[in-house]
Amino acid sequence: MKILVFAEQRDNRFKKPAFEAVKTARMLADQLGGEVVAIIIGDNIQSMGSDLGGYGAHKVLVAEDGRLARYAPVAYATIVAEAALAQHATVVVMSATALGKDLAPRVAVKLDAGLAAECTGLNVQGGEIVATRPVFAGKALAQVKITSAVKVFTLRPNVFSSGESGGVPAPTEKFSAALTDPDFSCGAKEMKQSSGKLDVAEANIIVTGGRGLKGPEGFGMIEDLAGALGAAVGASRAVVDAGWRPHEEQVGQTGKTVSPSLYIAVAVSGAIQHLAGMSSSKYIVAVNKDKDAPIFQVATYGIVADAFEIVPALTVEVKKLLGT
Amino acid sequence: MKLAACINHVPDTAAKINIAADGKTIDKSGVTYVISPYDEIAVEECLRLKEKNGGDVTVISLGGDAHKETLRKALAMGADKAVLLRDDSVRDSSGVARALADYLKELSPDIVFFGKQSVDYDDGAVGVMVAEMLGLPSVSVVVKLDIADGKATAEREIEGGREVLETSLPAVFTTQKGLNEPRYPSLKGIMGAKSKPIEERPTSPVTAKIELLLMQKPPAKPAGRIIGTDVSAVPELVRLLHEEAKVI
Ligand SMILES: Cc1cc2nc3c(=O)[nH]c(=O)nc-3n(C[C@H](O)[C@H](O)[C@H](O)COP(=O)(O)OP(=O)(O)OC[C@H]3O[C@@H](n4cnc5c(N)ncnc54)[C@H](O)[C@@H]3O)c2cc1C
Ligand SMILES: Nc1ncnc2c1ncn2[C@@H]1O[C@H](COP(=O)(O)O)[C@@H](O)[C@H]1O
Repeated sequence: MKILVFAEQRDNRFKKPAFEAVKTARMLADQLGGEVVAIIIGDNIQSMGSDLGGYGAHKVLVAEDGRLARYAPVAYATIVAEAALAQHATVVVMSATALGKDLAPRVAVKLDAGLAAECTGLNVQGGEIVATRPVFAGKALAQVKITSAVKVFTLRPNVFSSGESGGVPAPTEKFSAALTDPDFSCGAKEMKQSSGKLDVAEANIIVTGGRGLKGPEGFGMIEDLAGALGAAVGASRAVVDAGWRPHEEQVGQTGKTVSPSLYIAVAVSGAIQHLAGMSSSKYIVAVNKDKDAPIFQVATYGIVADAFEIVPALTVEVKKLLGT
Repeated sequence: MKLAACINHVPDTAAKINIAADGKTIDKSGVTYVISPYDEIAVEECLRLKEKNGGDVTVISLGGDAHKETLRKALAMGADKAVLLRDDSVRDSSGVARALADYLKELSPDIVFFGKQSVDYDDGAVGVMVAEMLGLPSVSVVVKLDIADGKATAEREIEGGREVLETSLPAVFTTQKGLNEPRYPSLKGIMGAKSKPIEERPTSPVTAKIELLLMQKPPAKPAGRIIGTDVSAVPELVRLLHEEAKVI
């Protein structure tokens, strides 16, 4: 059997979750007795392909075209689906990044495949892949099996390990699909960067501030701490709704779902909708002056005190340790 | 302009979720159901486009009788027509998409809105699946939308910023918080919705592509440790993060 992995790159650099997807596919292939074929799509990306060998790809397909430099949903889906058919792949894996979440449902329909979205676990049981995925905003976990002939899985970023590159380059092959003009009738024209800040969806450490910070000025010390840690700044919905922080920073059920290695929640109460977006973080620190705040129920370490005293001291201490 | 929104009826986001005795579904007792928050944004966007460009708004839900409540809510907000695609079973996302696509093909709207995800099974798939089934372009997780000259410019949220896409119409969009602020139904709207009919349609059965084996509560996290109650706890916290958790 063959597993096709879509490995996302942007501006000619792989997204970290692309490595997680390749590595996970390889782990599945090893257990199922199969082979991993990765596919990359873009413009001028030929030289990148072989790097995926280090994460376990046996072969890499390169679909290059000037029109593919930016995301075009139908064209990308056509390429991935045609590659799956050409390779006789029965499993398609990609990361549940913004792009992956958009691409996977189209690919699934094209291949008449079932889709298990945002998986946080994939295990082989009796020769079949059993996926674990959070449902009801993480308040329950479902175990599902895809019963169609072709199966599509997306993996929640930052949950599966990519390991270090093993350094073995993979052979690459050009791949092209028959694309027509209508395949490009919808496409990305530009990217509006949010001032070069680290995005919560991609950060390994997040420092989130809540309404207890009293106003937008309270985020100055949050930014300082995030700066010292190389972290992204997150926000609760209360502060986004108050206009203190932009929506793209919101963590939770109606914001972004994150699973960083370290999540520091400052003056956040830990409402159920907030927990939905961050409770799968590996380590959680809570700073809150209310010892009964629900955030302490999910926190690994807590400090019950005034954030305005703790956060600046924490920044100093972190800088001491890291020399930042 | 013919506009449509597909809306789902889901547990309130504040609901406590318990697993039913069958180990595969949730225990519905004590759970209140509401229109999925993103779907409310989808309805609102239809209403705004109608107010600007004229036309009519159809809201569609696949499910049992309970879904009528959510359809009524959308009617009360201002939708013109509500359709219940009757199905009392639980379908996977491709099964839901199939039934919605079959109906939408007949309706043939200029724009169809979906929520970016239903806050029940959190698939985040149905809208784009329907687009593909209908052979339509789509933009998902939209936070800004402009329609002009038979074309749409949509901004969607991606890592590190926003991606601006242009698309021909007809098209499918899935909504993200930030696109608009849904209105509250007016008293007049609520009263009016009571007398508006909800059209019922049968649906054809589909073969499931996903088998749900088991549903469980997530493993309980070990109780956290309160390290201290003042600034003297800070060095210990940093030590733990560095030496025990090894995350900094
Ligand atoms: C449909 C729906 C979707 C939602 N989606 C989201 C979502 O995606 N994300 C989200 O975050 N919320 C979401 N919410 C909102 C959620 O229910 C809460 O209202 C919100 O998370 C509260 O934000 P907060 O913790 O910042 O504020 P609060 O609940 O007001 O908490 C402030 C906390 O700060 C503490 N505090 C105050 N002063 C200090 C101080 N000086 N030092 C230390 N601590 C202090 C207080 O003890 C308190 O615990 C949603 C709600 C609904 C209904
Ligand atoms: N049963 C349903 N009836 C109508 N629309 C639905 C239904 N289920 C999902 N949808 C639509 O599809 C979107 C995405 O749902 P999902 O893929 O299940 O997360 C929702 O926000 C709704 O707009």
